[in-house]
Amino acid sequence: MATFTSASKPVRKHHPAARAKRILGRVLIYGALLFWAFVCLFPIYWTITTSFKSAVDVTQGHLIPWLDFQPDWKGWRSLGLSPDTIFGTSTSRAEFGSRFANSIVTSVGASVLALILGSLAAYGLSRFRYKFAWMRNDDILFFFMSQLILPPVVLALPFLVLYKALSLLDTRFGLILLYTLTVLPIVIWIMRDQFNSIPIELDEAAFVDGLSTWGAFIRIVLPLSVPGMAAAFILSLVLCWNEYFFAALLTSTDAKTLPVMVASQTGSQGINWWSMAALSTAAIAPLVIVGIFLERYIVSGLTTGAGK
Amino acid sequence: MQNSSLATDAGHHKPASPRVAGSRKNVGRAVVILASLAFLVLLLIQILYTTGATTSGFADWRPILAAYLFWAVAIGVGQVVIRGERGLRALFLLPAVFFTVAVVIFPTLFGIYIASLDWNLSSLEGPRFYGFNNLIGLFHDTYYWNALGNMIFYTAAVLGEYAVAFGLALLLNAEIRARKFFRVVFLLPMMLSPVAVSWMIGKSLMEYRFGPAATLARYLGWENPAFFASPWMAWLSIQAMDAWVSIPFIMIILLAGLQAMPKEVQEAAKVDGANGWQAFWHVTFPIMLPVSITVLIIRIIFKLKLADIVINVTAGGPGGATDTVSSFIYRVYRDRSNVGYGTGLAIFYLLLIIALLTILLRLSNRWTQKVE
Repeated sequence: MATFTSASKPVRKHHPAARAKRILGRVLIYGALLFWAFVCLFPIYWTITTSFKSAVDVTQGHLIPWLDFQPDWKGWRSLGLSPDTIFGTSTSRAEFGSRFANSIVTSVGASVLALILGSLAAYGLSRFRYKFAWMRNDDILFFFMSQLILPPVVLALPFLVLYKALSLLDTRFGLILLYTLTVLPIVIWIMRDQFNSIPIELDEAAFVDGLSTWGAFIRIVLPLSVPGMAAAFILSLVLCWNEYFFAALLTSTDAKTLPVMVASQTGSQGINWWSMAALSTAAIAPLVIVGIFLERYIVSGLTTGAGK
Repeated sequence: MQNSSLATDAGHHKPASPRVAGSRKNVGRAVVILASLAFLVLLLIQILYTTGATTSGFADWRPILAAYLFWAVAIGVGQVVIRGERGLRALFLLPAVFFTVAVVIFPTLFGIYIASLDWNLSSLEGPRFYGFNNLIGLFHDTYYWNALGNMIFYTAAVLGEYAVAFGLALLLNAEIRARKFFRVVFLLPMMLSPVAVSWMIGKSLMEYRFGPAATLARYLGWENPAFFASPWMAWLSIQAMDAWVSIPFIMIILLAGLQAMPKEVQEAAKVDGANGWQAFWHVTFPIMLPVSITVLIIRIIFKLKLADIVINVTAGGPGGATDTVSSFIYRVYRDRSNVGYGTGLAIFYLLLIIALLTILLRLSNRWTQKVE
């Protein structure tokens, strides 16, 4: 298949039927692309614009700002984040701020921890041959990957009881441990493929230069595996930031994360659409920005995984 | 573990350093044994204290956690001292192993213990041993079997998600303009929190009175666009939301597979006179089969954990039509505080998942071998 311009030149004179067919194909392709882009973007657009609407605009289904409704900071004012309230004191902003901070600390903390543990294990599994009782490398890898199938409901209650005994209930550290375990298999999966794609000769050259096993790993291999690490980090971040189940069961006041806050607001009666919309917008904004600017790292990191 | 079971074989590229001297080995063994003893003694003290046998102990179990960490470090040091180069190599794997044992294996075993208790947090009696009664009770729980039945439909819907995702991946892999723009846009739903999506789509876009989706449905001739009133419509709405969030993941892995595919293969198919559909069905699809199976299995694993959207939009209703096993157990915990029974349900579900995935993996192995 070729693009519009190059396609039209050679076929124009000879095969009008083929040309019509080709143009039809193009129209279908772009039609499908635009349709799905609309499907992906409209809910996000709707949420962002709704946070600037008043009640009348919501009920009458107004969609386009300035054309059929006058944007107002209504939703953001209720969060204490509009221009006129941002410098005043606001309890709702304080609450939102603490939830936001909890989300950032737990998701970044868990992603970093999972990346460290996972990269080390993945490098070991990619370069050395282990024997642990009857388990060889493939079995050990399967052991790690099999953690992925554990449904959160299996672990939720044991953790509730254990965390009570450990005084870790409603703490960020407790959530970080749990989130690390949920993303560790994915990190190991991506990082092992990443390390496998780095030629082993590089390690050997490093040994010749007098570096130790760990020296070769830290100085030579790690800098080369940044794309995979970026992909693993972003994916972990997405999963941890959006996690709801454990956070809902294991936190109550101090360590509540954003999804729990969003969920508790939808549950209450007579919700204000504009404030819900503002809250949802604020909750998804960080990852939307990450998605827009770091998308290529996700794709390139996963490509090494799928290409094998 | 300290006895020798974790042995690193000589790697493929660097001979392990010569045998470590005997005295050094003894020092290493002493470190490991001392640390293990200290850990066991602390554990014993705390167990006796908690059960009320002795009066001295710690207020909570945190010191045991610290002792476990300390013990793990001692094992690592011991490995290096005893084994030298091989120990250094084992050090790559040990942190992840210790972590997984502490936060997955131990809690799961503990969960099996909880599942054998009759334990309701709201009753004053506290836990008591219940044997297999939770398991027996589960077979008479129609809500649980209803949720399991729903999971079959949810899992089957993965095939539909896969078909859409494959189509999108093919579109993105075609010669199009603004490819980067479309790729970013198509990926965005994956980034969004299912809880936020529950509100954004489930509670506002699909709102009965003035949600845009309801307005559109009325315009298209559906007079009474209640997305969550009739059982199958509610199921479809929940499934649509989940698909919206998860299709990008399938799509991006398939796209990566398509881009790794050699271009010559498709050109050869064109030379042979295959049309687009034939080229796809006889060339692209078989080559993509291994990637497809991998992504399908991962997606099914995630689908079996589906809970957030159901909990927040319908809470399982109407009449349990949208219930998933996870959302049902969540309600058993939250509303009925029935800890023992809920965990029993969860453990039984885990066993079903393990059985299902074992069969799936076997089948997929056989199938891919047949195709190749």
